[in-house]
Formats: sequence, C-alpha cells, structure tokens
Amino acid sequence: MRAFANLLDRLAFTPARNGKLVLVRDYMRAVADPERGWALAALTGGLSFDAAKPGFIRKAVEARMDGELFALSYDYVGDLAETVALVWPAKPGANHEPELSEVVDALRGASRAQVQKLLEGWLDALDANSRWALLKLLTGGLRVGVSARLAKQALADMGGVEVGAIEEVWHGQAPPYEDLFAWLEKRSDRPTSDAPARFRPVMLAQAIEDADFAKLDAKDYAAEWKWDGIRVQAVSERGERRLYSRTGDDIGRAFPDVLDFLDFEGVIDGELLVVREGHVASFGDLQQRLNRKTADAKLLENFPASIRAYDLLLDGAEDLRALPFAERRKRLEAFVARAQSPRIDLSPLQPFAGWEELAALRAAPPTGDPQVAEGLMLKRWDSRYEAGRPKGPWFKWKRDPHLVDAVLMYAQRGHGKRSGFYSDYTFGVWREDAAGDRALTPVGKAYFGFTDEELKQIDKFVRDNTVERFGPVRSVRADKDFGLVLEVAFEGLQRSTRHKSGVAMRFPRINRIRWDKPAREADALTTLTNMLDAK
Amino acid sequence: MPKPESLLCPTPAGLYCPPGDFYIDPVRPVARAVITHGHSDHARSGHGAVAATAETLAIMAARYGADFAGATEALRYGQTIERDGVDITLVPAGHVLGSAQVVVRRAGTTIAVSGDYKRRRDPTCPAFEPVACDVFVSEATFGLPVFRFPPDGDEIAKLLKSVAQFPERTHLVGAYALGKAQRIIRLLREAGYDKPVYVHGAMDSMNALYARFGIDLGPLAAATTEKKKDFAGAIVIAPPSAIGDRWSRRFADPLPAFASGWMAVRARARQRQVELPLVISDHADWNELTQTIAEIAPSEVWITHGGEEALLRWSALNGIQARALSLVGYDEDEGED
Repeated sequence: MRAFANLLDRLAFTPARNGKLVLVRDYMRAVADPERGWALAALTGGLSFDAAKPGFIRKAVEARMDGELFALSYDYVGDLAETVALVWPAKPGANHEPELSEVVDALRGASRAQVQKLLEGWLDALDANSRWALLKLLTGGLRVGVSARLAKQALADMGGVEVGAIEEVWHGQAPPYEDLFAWLEKRSDRPTSDAPARFRPVMLAQAIEDADFAKLDAKDYAAEWKWDGIRVQAVSERGERRLYSRTGDDIGRAFPDVLDFLDFEGVIDGELLVVREGHVASFGDLQQRLNRKTADAKLLENFPASIRAYDLLLDGAEDLRALPFAERRKRLEAFVARAQSPRIDLSPLQPFAGWEELAALRAAPPTGDPQVAEGLMLKRWDSRYEAGRPKGPWFKWKRDPHLVDAVLMYAQRGHGKRSGFYSDYTFGVWREDAAGDRALTPVGKAYFGFTDEELKQIDKFVRDNTVERFGPVRSVRADKDFGLVLEVAFEGLQRSTRHKSGVAMRFPRINRIRWDKPAREADALTTLTNMLDAK
Repeated sequence: MPKPESLLCPTPAGLYCPPGDFYIDPVRPVARAVITHGHSDHARSGHGAVAATAETLAIMAARYGADFAGATEALRYGQTIERDGVDITLVPAGHVLGSAQVVVRRAGTTIAVSGDYKRRRDPTCPAFEPVACDVFVSEATFGLPVFRFPPDGDEIAKLLKSVAQFPERTHLVGAYALGKAQRIIRLLREAGYDKPVYVHGAMDSMNALYARFGIDLGPLAAATTEKKKDFAGAIVIAPPSAIGDRWSRRFADPLPAFASGWMAVRARARQRQVELPLVISDHADWNELTQTIAEIAPSEVWITHGGEEALLRWSALNGIQARALSLVGYDEDEGED
C-alpha cells in the first residue's frame, strides 16, 4: 500500500505527462504481482469501491478525537479524506500495513458493518500518506490526473511494446493482470486477444503541412469531410456489442440508443455524432452525451446519437485491416447498405480533381453537413489499416481557425521548462453593461501557440504590469487605455453556463501577439455571440 | 513568589521583563535584548545591548554587519547571568545553529521561553532540553493536529529517489538560508549523497558560518555561475522565493521541491506549484508541542504565535491552564521556519 500511496502522491503533484509515465512505469517495474495489477486497475478506473461514505469516515474520526480539534483541522485543510488521513489518532498495536491486494480481497464480500471495522484497522496500521490513498480509493476519487490511456502507455514503455499492442489485448484481461505483466516482462507469450468484441487499436492521421502538397499526388488520395464528433469503434461480434472510444474505453453504457442498432457482425470505425432528421448537430450537442455513465430517456430523445461510418475493420469474421483503403471502402459501402440501420450512415467521399479544387471546397464547403465539418481527411487509396499515427497514408486538413482579438487579463506560472515563466494566459473581450460601460470579461485560457522568444516578452510584460497576485496567478493591467492584445485562434465556440461570458472556446491558442494594437480596439463579446447565432 | 505576569509580559515591542528591564526577541529597537535565534523575525538590528549565544551573535553580525547592536554578550548554553535580580539562562532549543530557550528566574519563579524549537534530531545543532518551570512560553507555528511530520529520512529518500528517476531534470529544493538549507545538506550527506550540492548565492554566508562552527557540509558549488552549465541531475538548494522566479530559468527542466512543514498539506504545496513537497520542518509538530507541554508539566502555558486556538483547546481538554499572548511581528506563514 505504501508504494502505491507514494505513487499516487507523486502523480498528484507531477503535471507533465512524461513525468507521470516515468512514475507509473517505474512503479510497475518495482512492485510485484498481484499488488501492481490492482494498482493498475485503480489507475485505469477498473476498480471502484463504494465502501465508505464521507459521513461514516467523519463519524469514525470524531469518535476518536475532540470534535472541535477536528473541526479546526478540517477547516484548515479543506478536504475530508486528507484531513482524516492527517489527524487519524491511531490506536497502538495495529502494525500490519495492508497491501492493496489485501484491501481488495477483504472488501470483496464484506458487509457494511464489517467494512467499517476493517477500515478502522487499516487506518490504524498505515502512515498518513497511505491513509490518504486508501480513503481516496474507498470514496471513489483518485483524481491524480492519470487516464487509462496514460497507464497503458506506461505499460508499453515498461515492456518495450507499442501501446496499440496493449490496447489490442486489454479487453481480454482482468485485474490483477498477471498474464499481461508476464508478457511485458518476456516471461510468456502475448496473452490471447481473441476475446469477442475486443477493441482494435485505431489508425490516426497526421496534420498536413503546406509543404506536403508538392510531394503528394492528388490521384493517390481519397477525400472525405472531417466530422466534428468523437472517434468511435462500433463492435458487434458473436452476440457481444461494444462501443469504444479511440483509446479503447468502453463507452457503450452511455449510448444504449446506438448499441441497440448495431445489428451486424463486424467492426466499424466511424464518428459518433448527434444527428437530427439526417443533419449533424454541433459538437456542443454531442457534449451533452459525453462523460456520462448512463443516459436517461429525455437525453436520448433530445440528443439522439448515431455513427457516421468511414472504415470497416472486420466484415463478419474476416479481418480487413491488411486490405487497401479502396477495397475496404467498397466493402464498407456494401456493409452499411446491408445493415440498413437508422443510426449508421456512410461518410461520403468528396470527389475532387486536384489540390486547388479541394482547397476551394475546404474554404467554402457545399451546403449541408460539410458546413459543420472540421475540415477534410485525406486517405491514400492503397493504405492498409495500421494502428497508431503512421506518416503518409492519412492526413487531416483542418479548416482555418476562427480568430479573435482579446486582452490579456491573468497569467499563471507554468510547469517544468516553463516553471520560471508566466505562460498560461487568461484573456478577455469587451462587454457592455446596461449603463453603456465597457469592461473586460474572461472568455478563455491559452498556454501555447507562441515561440520561446515571445514567451520571454509576455513574461516580462506580466511582471512589469502586475496589479495583484493570487498564489501563482497574477492579474495584469488591462483597461481601455492599456493592455496587451492577443490574437487568439480557436476551433469552435459553444454556449456555456459554466463561464461568466456564456461562451466556451475549443482549442484556443495564441496566434499572434498584437503589441501594436490598443486594448480598446480588441473585440467585443458580441463578436463571439454573433458567431454562435450564425450557426 | 512573584506572579509570573510581573516577571514577563507581552508588549507591542515583544515579551518584556520589567524587573530586569530587557526584552526577548523584540520586534523594535530596545535598550536591552535577549535573542533566542538568528532568524530575521526574532533577531533584528538596532538594539542597545544584545545577549545571545555566540552562534546567534555571529549570524546577526553576518546578516546585519558587525555594528548590529551597541554592545553584545555571548552566553554559553547553561551559563547564567544576572540582570537587576533576574537570572537569565540560555538552554538548547534544537531549532537552528545557536538557537536557545530563554529561562528567566526571580525569587523562586521560573519562566522558560521556548523561542522556536523542535524535538527531533538535527545534525546541525544540539537537541532541545526540557526545563522544569512554572510557565512554559511555547511557540505554536504548527499548532494543529494535521501537522504530524514524517521521519526526515523518508523525505530525503523521496528526494534521492526522484533524482534517480529523473536524471535529466534539475532538482531545485527551496529551503530557508539559515538552518533548513544546512540541515538538508547534512541529511543528504548522512544518506550517502557525496556529490557536490549546488547552492544559491544567498546561502553562501550562512553555509560558511556553519562550517566555521564545525558543521561539515561536504562539497558545495555555486549554482550562480557566469558560464552556462548543465545542471541536469544536480541538486540545487535555493531560497524558496527563487524557485519559481526568473533565477530558476538557468536550469535544465527544473523540478521544484520545497522543504517545509507547510508541505504536509497538499493545498499548500499546490499553491506554490511544488512538484516534490518535502515535509521537513525546524519547528515542533503537533505531537512534539503537546508532548513537550505534558513532559514539562508547567503550572501554566503561554502560547506565542501560530495555531494557538487548537493548542488552547488541547490544554483545556487536558486540564492545563493556558493562554494566548497574541504577540505580533513574528512570521507564522511565509517566513523562515
């Protein structure tokens, strides 16, 4: 438990992905089975307990210490699990620190009353950091910034294999994953991956650069619109139906309306979208359905989801991944036609004669769904379906971003190489109140898009024009007579009730720094709200 | 027997002894002062006469210049001097080099002023000695039950493990220039770390002073060099304020660490954007504070600065008479700890 707790502690304070990868990889190398397997399950969300409610933990600690001293402590720390971990008055005598695997075993089949007794005994035996980890685990919120994808990448690093190879076998494995570790440590063969309805690692596209077109022959490529939803893999195999995200997370439970219509035998690669009367709705609509465990009837009715298919990996039992795209595409068209599903349609190919014509189409898409597309996809006719992001066979060619001139309002220090620099910027636009006074309202945050040299310049600006400090954050002078204007590029805009301005940007980044532009001439909030209304 | 309040009382300038006419750690210039230790919120310049340990006087001279007071008197631990019928004795407090409790006696009444103190072992100064007294004047910087510090060795091991795990990064350890920095370096040496430790220029004078008093810090090197140098894999010790500052840009992908008792609480570490919080304090934690009071068993406890509320509550629960002095001018937050 101590090693796992130390790992969680370090992860919680390590912002960089590479740092987290090293920490998880080293832990998996250093710790034995089955302990590390349960840790892996905890990190990938495969281990959830509902064993202890906050109310119980609070009662347990107040039975052991003065209520006023606890209240003072809780008030200072602000987090119940952390407070209890720090103040827990251990009864002497308990000296056997439980391992994570023991905790898992003991909780399996323990009654509620037994759980309370077990928990108190564990808290007595553990050190403060391990108590914190245990309480976080039992109350169901690790929150250390590790995704399942990251944990799998760390496993890949540990075993010197591709992450796709891990994803391919993942769904046939169960905690504590001893077969998986045996394979990664070269003690056995790769575990079987023929579990029905398993995930197949997806093929990803490179962003195309202007210079690439000169080297590419338009005749070698098919084009289709890049839909603004989320990538999914729809699997129906030997009676099992699954819907996976592009990283292999099973999201089927939140999309029963889609699962109901997977009336086929095979594996489709496509985009999950909200579609009403044959038309694609905005990403904001789809977002209502994402990151949920389930969906109620009202949600299903208001935000109906469906799949726009663009590739076929398995047709019946036949694996098509080694066939060229042209061949797979023919099979896909026949497959979709045969399935006749109201929730699956075909992503049409966009015919074009040359790059110039395609560029014109990208700038002014034809009426209908292409107008809400993110841009275009280019796929070589002869490309096999390869896991990962190979350079060359597939490209994405996004539409030019939207631009807005905003004023820098707050800056926060960065991490790692940027730890001495103010590198995370909150920017705002002008908003007019009822009396006609104009004030800046924050509309977004960006932390990339500038060069190292520009970072130094903005950092100096922030330090020279600080108005107030709040921990690592500084507010900078920004009013109609003075301020730094940032040209911000972003991909899309949604209504948001969580932001004061009422709008939320997708992928905002700094496009240019407008040292020349007076703050008063930055854009107004109406520029953004008009974009919403135009959709 | 005189009432304790007539022997020592809180004033805006600090704790004052009317019969002896001296202050302990005064925050304003006074005629006669007794100083517990060299941290700047306790040891200020401009007093008429200052009595303190030789180490504390040396620290003050190094920080403020040789003329920091009109006159000085160096006291050995255990040595007693008399001021107008009041006996004054300095006793080790275990806080930093030269730190002392001030024991004040008059006509059978004894008050021990802890200054800042800790109970765990510190390789850079002698250990705290409990003194039987009528009134124990205790600090309470970490006077909340949440502050129960882990063994120093665990925290140093955490640092060394991180250095091994991230050899391409520079571990930048924030530590106060007086006491904490030298203790961290000594603890690293005890853990077998024999490579040069790189130090910020602001640490130089205190490091030299510790060495002069016989604390062997091993090989040190300047982190503030003219030439570009790759500090990948190195441990650099710097004042906490330099960690997130422009100064830190010279290092390869710095990994910010901070050695302080405040790091016991996650939100405090996050607030400072620390990646490696090291819970190492030169103050007594909750257990040390309460156990020390129980061990000394004074008739009364006076609490100077910090978490007095919880310590008053604990005293009430344990039948110990206690009151808060509400002294002002001492850092309990971002100052040296």
